[in-house]
Amino acid sequence: MAKAAVRIGLVVLGLVWGAFAAQTVLADEVKRYVVEGSPAAELDACVEPTDQMRRMHMEFIKHQRIETVHEGIRDTKYSLTGCVDCHISYDANQNPRPIDQPDQFCGACHNYAAVDLNCFDCHASVPNRPGADAETAHRAAGVLGQVASTPHKEASEQ
Amino acid sequence: MNENETRTESTHDTPQAPDVDGARRGFIGTAAGLSAAALVAPGVFLHSVAAAPRTEPVTSDVRWGLLIDTAKCAEGCSACVEACDRENGLDLQEPQGSESKWEHQKAVWIRKVKLQDNQTGRITQLPLMCQHCEDPPCVDVCPTGASFKRADGIVMVDRHLCIGCRYCMMACPYKARSFVHQETHGQLTAVPRGKGCVESCNLCVHRRDYGEASTACVDACVQEGHEAIVFGDLKDPNSVISQRLRELPSRQIREDLVLNTGVRYAGV
Ligand code: HEC
Ligand code: HEC
Ligand code: HEC
Repeated sequence: MAKAAVRIGLVVLGLVWGAFAAQTVLADEVKRYVVEGSPAAELDACVEPTDQMRRMHMEFIKHQRIETVHEGIRDTKYSLTGCVDCHISYDANQNPRPIDQPDQFCGACHNYAAVDLNCFDCHASVPNRPGADAETAHRAAGVLGQVASTPHKEASEQ
Repeated sequence: MNENETRTESTHDTPQAPDVDGARRGFIGTAAGLSAAALVAPGVFLHSVAAAPRTEPVTSDVRWGLLIDTAKCAEGCSACVEACDRENGLDLQEPQGSESKWEHQKAVWIRKVKLQDNQTGRITQLPLMCQHCEDPPCVDVCPTGASFKRADGIVMVDRHLCIGCRYCMMACPYKARSFVHQETHGQLTAVPRGKGCVESCNLCVHRRDYGEASTACVDACVQEGHEAIVFGDLKDPNSVISQRLRELPSRQIREDLVLNTGVRYAGV
């Protein structure tokens, strides 16, 4: 009886250890999507713990959407604009690369997970703000190249 | 265009205004063309002191509105329209089809309207945008709840819910809404826009939520030296707009419909 208990205990221990080992291996193998050169690459944490972000970001954004559009709340951390600002990366000319491209942050993982979003049909996939504020914003984001090449500017200068 | 003219004409055929002979009034022009001047975005300097973003839901303690003094609205000036286009990325739309078709199809939030009293020859200019009704017909007819009135009185479209049926466009007595017919590119961060949804003036809602003082059209009008448009809180008796409304005789367009518009006009 005691022997059986010990054996079961050992088996359980083995299983638990096995599970942990498998997890560690998994954790090592998890592909990371934060793109090099993006502001996020310089930071330690997202707006929520990383594994929560992986699983829950669509929920966060959805609630943010209602709060912002219907209630005018703009300070919350799940803003889609915020995701783009922090996860954007730049090409050699300091132009931001659309975040939904298949080699960029949102695009790469969604591509892998076969998620098809239409958000960026409407939403700017790069930080893109008008007027003097844009310049400030782009300077802050280190993307002055974008300001010069934005069609917005061209349109008002024809 | 014809349909537009007749419809807007009846706008002024209101019983409360015996001096206005609606049947004799005709519109000469409607949408003002976009002039291609190189302009530094007007008003940028006026609101570059960015206030803090909103943290609390909007409430009905305020009701945003506009007062347009048509006596000050200058002929040939379309600064407000252009500023609106720039502020809201409307100038980023890429023309499609023939020019005349494009003039009809592109999304516009403000139309510069010119009206003439055929009897007296008096000409009045005015910008016409969403009138932000207290009882908006567009909201009544919307089948999905996309058309809605925010607590602070701004009537707008939640594009996430809009299915593009365009009932609201038919219901609007002011022809204030536009449908986006084509894919768009290079949108501004603050003003997402995409094919298949309806949109209209939202009183620069992003500026409201960041606590800025005015709208792009108001800033542009001030910059031009006309000061024909005043923006403010209709519920605050001390706001500039409320004071002006107390002084100036003003009207709501189509006041016969009893929609209690948030945009008022003086001198019409
Ligand atoms: C202030 C910068 C910042 C903002 C804003 C931000 N993120 Fe992140 N995000 C990060 C950082 C840094 C990481 C990497 C954390 C780590 O190393 O574990 C990350 C990681 C992630 C991950 C996990 C990526 C992976 O490789 O598994 C997802 C998913 C994610 N973010 C989505 C979002 C979404 C969606 C938003 C908008 C709601 C957003 N982030 C806003 C900085 C940001
Ligand atoms: C048809 C156009 C359209 C599409 C498609 C669209 N949006 Fe939006 N979205 C808008 C508009 C317009 C606003 C209002 C912008 C504002 O006032 O800041 C907005 C605002 C938001 C906001 C609040 C502003 C911010 O930056 O946080 C979020 C969050 C958001 N959308 C998420 C989404 C997500 C997620 C999707 C895809 C599932 C999506 N949207 C698809 C038009 C669109
Ligand atoms: C680590 C991988 C990963 C990254 C990075 C990522 N996503 Fe996702 N996202 C997913 C997965 C997986 C789903 C689908 C979840 C499901 O269907 O239950 C998803 C779904 C979504 C949805 C809901 C789609 C729908 O139709 O319901 C939105 C919105 C979304 N992501 C936005 C973003 C944005 C914006 C970014 C970039 C800032 C981003 N995601 C980055 C993995 C990711």
